[in-house]
Amino acid sequence: MNAGMTNYYYVVAFAIVGGVFGGLLLSVARMLRPRKISKTKLEAYECGMEPFEGNWTQYSARFYVFALVFLIFDVEIAFLYPWGTVFRDFGVTSLIEMFVFIGVLLLGLVYAWKKGVLKWL
Amino acid sequence: MAIALPFLIALALVIFVLSNIVFFMWAEFKISGRVADRFGPMETGRWHGWAQPLADILKFLNKEDIIPANADKLIFRVAPFVGFIPVVMVLAAIPYTNKIFVRDFDIAVFFVIALSSFTFVSMVMGGWASGNKYSLLGAFRAAGMLLSYELPLGLAIAGVVMLSATLSLIGIVQQQTVWNIVLQPIGFLVFMVAMQAELQRSPFDLAVAESELVAGYSVEYSGMRYAMFQLGEFFGLWALASMAVLLFLGGWHGPYLPGIVWFFIKFYGIFLFLAFSRVSVPRVRPDQLMDLGWKILLPSALVNIVITATLIVLVPHYQVPLAVSEFVILIAALYLMRRVLK
Repeated sequence: MNAGMTNYYYVVAFAIVGGVFGGLLLSVARMLRPRKISKTKLEAYECGMEPFEGNWTQYSARFYVFALVFLIFDVEIAFLYPWGTVFRDFGVTSLIEMFVFIGVLLLGLVYAWKKGVLKWL
Repeated sequence: MAIALPFLIALALVIFVLSNIVFFMWAEFKISGRVADRFGPMETGRWHGWAQPLADILKFLNKEDIIPANADKLIFRVAPFVGFIPVVMVLAAIPYTNKIFVRDFDIAVFFVIALSSFTFVSMVMGGWASGNKYSLLGAFRAAGMLLSYELPLGLAIAGVVMLSATLSLIGIVQQQTVWNIVLQPIGFLVFMVAMQAELQRSPFDLAVAESELVAGYSVEYSGMRYAMFQLGEFFGLWALASMAVLLFLGGWHGPYLPGIVWFFIKFYGIFLFLAFSRVSVPRVRPDQLMDLGWKILLPSALVNIVITATLIVLVPHYQVPLAVSEFVILIAALYLMRRVLK
């Protein structure tokens, strides 16, 4: 195995250990804990009142817009990391290119801001 | 042996981190107690309640496990694992000194950031699957926070990546003859604020706000399943506090003492900062949270990147000009903010 493969073999091993450890905690708890199920216990907890209407309620479309703006900037970061490791080698050219890139995105942020998208409800 | 070795290392690390977490919990009880003019736990284990976290774990093990009747049972069971497994995987990429580390990843920075935001996925899954209105609200708040604080965190780190021209954490620390906190004060500040949001700790614990949402996404969780969410959060704290040390505070660099000691001195410094800010700052409102993330942290992180890139390319010995200009801009920005907020 080369170094890269070994690295990810370790990652898989860590994931398995994490999963098994969590499972072990839960199964130890299963052996120790009491089990007295009643109907009221299984109801949704709403500070003592009986729950009414559906539990999966509607939510605001605001989240959708936030997610869109987030997605744009998150992809920007994904591009920034590789650029950040090599941009010295290309000097001023890479600098100007990245400024254009960041500038366009900043314009987008200002536009969203002015449109009132960034306001929480 | 070679096949079993990673598993043994993983187990040893998990146990080591867990023993530290037990200490974190106790230290946090004591600190938040003292800040509120109380003693904190005093009875359990006689000496200053040192056994309180252990007693808590025993209590978690003994608690009845309730899965509500109208919950989405599969996702309800899976959610704690989604929160826990990725933060254990992160441990594989964190170096403690240039000798003591598990593996040296080429893309360690990316790896840690990507995996530590899985906490939010587990919160949204747990909150959605609970079939409870409070949990659903908590889940949405968690999603909103991920959207607004992932960006400043990533951009603050991008500044450090530009300085060291590598994504390997060991490489980044070896590059720091001057600690990055001197060269990147704006980045450090943004990172420290965004980190607390990422960890869902008290000024930013909107997804579990116990006085408004009862307990947010975790209302319906009890016993060990709830404890697994908590454990995941503490492992995340371990990962991000280590990142703060490695990226900004020079990792294991320091005079006289061995590297590992320096690492943990800095690490516990960050932990103390987190513990104090948790009890001394009131919780922010959701709209303030969004404003802080999008209108203050994100632009300042972008400004930080622009300054850093310009100076690195245009000035041959960029260290001193970079530190001075960042510091001046930071002070000016803080002063302006104070004027505006008045």
